[in-house]
Amino acid sequence: MSAHGTRGSGMTWVGRAIRRLEDPALITGQGRFTADLPATRWVRFVRSPVAAGKLANVRVPTGAMVITAADLDGVKKIMPMLHKFSYKPVGQAPLADGVVRFTGELVAAVVAPTAAEAEDIAERVEISIDETAAVSDARAALKPGAPQIHPEAPGNVILEGRVKTPDFDAAWGAADKIVTMEARSRRQNATPMEARGAHAAYDLATGRVTLTCTTQMPHLTRTAISDVLRFPESDLRVIAPDVGGGFGQKMSLAGEYVVLVWLARKLKSSVSWIEDRRENLIAGFHSRDQYITLEGAFDKTGRLLALKADIVANIGAYSCFPTTCGVEPLMAMAEMPGPYDVQQYQCLARGVATNTCTMAPYRGVSRPVITFTIERLMEKAARAFGIDPVDIRRLNLIDRFPYKSATGLEYDEGTYKETLEMAVSAIDVPAFRKRQSDARAKGRYLGIGFATFSERTGYGSPAFAARGMEITPGWETVVVSVDPSGFVEARIGSSPHGQGLRTTLAQIIADELGIVPAMIKVVHGDTDRAPYGWGTFASRSLVISGGATLIAARKVRAKLLKIASHLLEAASDDIVLADGVAKVAGTDRTIPIARLARETYTQTHRFKGEIEPGISETGHYDPPGTFSNACHVAVVDVDVETGHVKVEKFLVAEDAGRIINPMIADGQVHGGIAQGIGNALLEEIIYDENGGILTATLADYLPPTVREIPEIELHHIETPSVNSITRAKGLGEGGTIGAPAAVINAINDALSPFRVEINEMPATPQRIRAALRKAEKVA
Amino acid sequence: MSKKTAIRVNINGRDHAIAVEPRRTLADAIREDCGQTGTHIGCEHGVCGACTVIVDGEPMRSCLMFAVQADGRKIRTVEGLADGDKLHPMQQAFMDHHALQCGFCTPGFLMLAVGVLERDPDISDEDLLDVLSSNLCRCTGYQNIIKAVRAAAIEMRKG
Repeated sequence: MSAHGTRGSGMTWVGRAIRRLEDPALITGQGRFTADLPATRWVRFVRSPVAAGKLANVRVPTGAMVITAADLDGVKKIMPMLHKFSYKPVGQAPLADGVVRFTGELVAAVVAPTAAEAEDIAERVEISIDETAAVSDARAALKPGAPQIHPEAPGNVILEGRVKTPDFDAAWGAADKIVTMEARSRRQNATPMEARGAHAAYDLATGRVTLTCTTQMPHLTRTAISDVLRFPESDLRVIAPDVGGGFGQKMSLAGEYVVLVWLARKLKSSVSWIEDRRENLIAGFHSRDQYITLEGAFDKTGRLLALKADIVANIGAYSCFPTTCGVEPLMAMAEMPGPYDVQQYQCLARGVATNTCTMAPYRGVSRPVITFTIERLMEKAARAFGIDPVDIRRLNLIDRFPYKSATGLEYDEGTYKETLEMAVSAIDVPAFRKRQSDARAKGRYLGIGFATFSERTGYGSPAFAARGMEITPGWETVVVSVDPSGFVEARIGSSPHGQGLRTTLAQIIADELGIVPAMIKVVHGDTDRAPYGWGTFASRSLVISGGATLIAARKVRAKLLKIASHLLEAASDDIVLADGVAKVAGTDRTIPIARLARETYTQTHRFKGEIEPGISETGHYDPPGTFSNACHVAVVDVDVETGHVKVEKFLVAEDAGRIINPMIADGQVHGGIAQGIGNALLEEIIYDENGGILTATLADYLPPTVREIPEIELHHIETPSVNSITRAKGLGEGGTIGAPAAVINAINDALSPFRVEINEMPATPQRIRAALRKAEKVA
Repeated sequence: MSKKTAIRVNINGRDHAIAVEPRRTLADAIREDCGQTGTHIGCEHGVCGACTVIVDGEPMRSCLMFAVQADGRKIRTVEGLADGDKLHPMQQAFMDHHALQCGFCTPGFLMLAVGVLERDPDISDEDLLDVLSSNLCRCTGYQNIIKAVRAAAIEMRKG
């Protein structure tokens, strides 16, 4: 269905799989990405080759332009801030100021007329570092005597969150069994196909700088850089052009962008930096490096009474801006109980600094890890009680709404049990068990794994305020205007980069105004054009920007009806907007909507002062948040000789509320699952014992290819959310949240005859073989 | 920096006379010297395939080829796929099947699939998956890329 098509009476654009308005430019090579801009100077960064040390000297080749921290006089440190959880503020100088704390940290910036020359010069910059002891593992960093990363944070603990519900001890004491899960998630990189990059251009006429960069948050990038460089925010324009994927990695402020803007102002010229893949893998933010010990107290029927968690998140060398390094440990703490009805909870969550690349949000943030941990725990408990893994979930999943969690989160209505039943029946578990047993007889090891989870999405400022964030995001603003030709423009503060928001927001507006989506342009990613907003991350844009769009579009609709009421001399209640015209219901009196628009600009005298000129309305939205949910099922075939895992089938039963465009929604789920499968099996950033990084190419760090991803079968339930005015819930992260748990549970099911447990992700062939070898020795 | 060499490459039917250093990759030459920025660079070490173009009928990773090696050769890039306003069946299929999200890897996938199907129109489903596994996409999970390429293959066979 094309966005240009006509629409039958009574049909809505919302809910239809129309083709994307974004696509024509992107499939013809007319997309405009940051690297496509010409620049007069190019920057190459010189990075620390070691993980820790004192910067003694930087020797610059004669005649070369090389900037170091000494040149950035008066530039403030990037200083993310939390006002809770004993947070220790640690600042980051855009270029290392005396001390280096991870391999890949920025030390100097080389400027040259071409990228190749800048790279040549960078090779000849000699940096002397007095190396000091480094620590890359978070548990090692907690030990007494470990190298101290920041003097402000003794013991390397940057923040510490604690929760204990009042009746925890009683529930714990009443348990029939305590089941323990020691889970380990290795470090990952979000790996957008476009690495990061920036182009900063100085305008001689106005003294303004335009920074075009690969960001998910253009407005906050402007605020942050003007703060750090101490100049008026109005002198900086930030543009997020087409951005080649972000997945969270592009929402954190890059020190490189600060340096680029400083250089553009200094040189009164344009400068570009395009990150190469090696830089991206070693220094483009990392995620998910966590240890979690999770204990569950169960009664004798297998009912979960209480949970106890110890979360250690490796936050790397610095705290990311704006979320701070609290983003992983605090999310893990708040959302650990997930889809399960358990009211007693105790947790200690720590963010620990190490000599590694800084941690930042990556699709799902901590939830792929906590879902993996609790879903492993439930399967282990099922085994301990001798009950079916599906039955233990039936017993414990949330089924009454609104549900208030042990950490105070309010879940709107969801379908935790229904999606489980839907998945179980679609996958045909009894038929699989038969096939599994036949295969085992032939020496083939198949397994099935389930993951149920909740996905908190579309949360506004109260949710971020609960973390004590100095910068508290949450709301969104949308301005919908109609120009004199009748075409509609929606200017939004969100900053989509692949999510299809230009299409889905146009669908929402089209229904309100009775026009086709092709008449609607969504403008984003330019601080000169779009209203202040927080950008696109955290499965929020369709819910929050979509909500603000609906509010603004309703105001525009009300104004159009008022104008039509004047011109058609009818009560506005009797007028309908559809098929591009305003019509008096039950008559043939109509007027084109485009004419209504024109009259408000060119014929205002006719409205006798009762209608303001022009049509431009603003919507703000700051919702409490909504919970999507899903059940994922993976079927795997494990080769016990090699440790290779083939995912044979993947099935999803999910509920993300009202679906605006099913084609786009399915695409989000597919993509998330592929990343989740990569996280489960392949993707791992590895440091050596000295803090050197071993995975600096895509031949070492392995995003999945088409061969690793099976056919994905999707089933939907739509439970409209009362916490979202479009009734939509977010779904951008769900695929990534559930897939690792489902895949690793399936591997454990496949290997159950060997009595081995895999509680680590990624479950690489080496880890699977090591576990099998250990089991063979014991046997 | 070393001396530049004069070469002539034909991109989408148009000759470009350019001077490049011997170390210049074809990808950089296409983008920087010939101004065709539809070809994207994702890794510069031959793994991701975002920079795939068709050189004398063969899909090639333009980051693994030096520009001087392309002297006198015919190159096709994403900008040359459509015939005026009429999209190539592969482009149309990518739109129809939602085979792109951010669009960064898309030119590489389009050129890979078109190049292979022009050479081997009756390629088996299994072989097609092997071919598509040479490029990386981080957004789509590949489901819709497979559907789109299969649909376009049928259209391309119709001619």
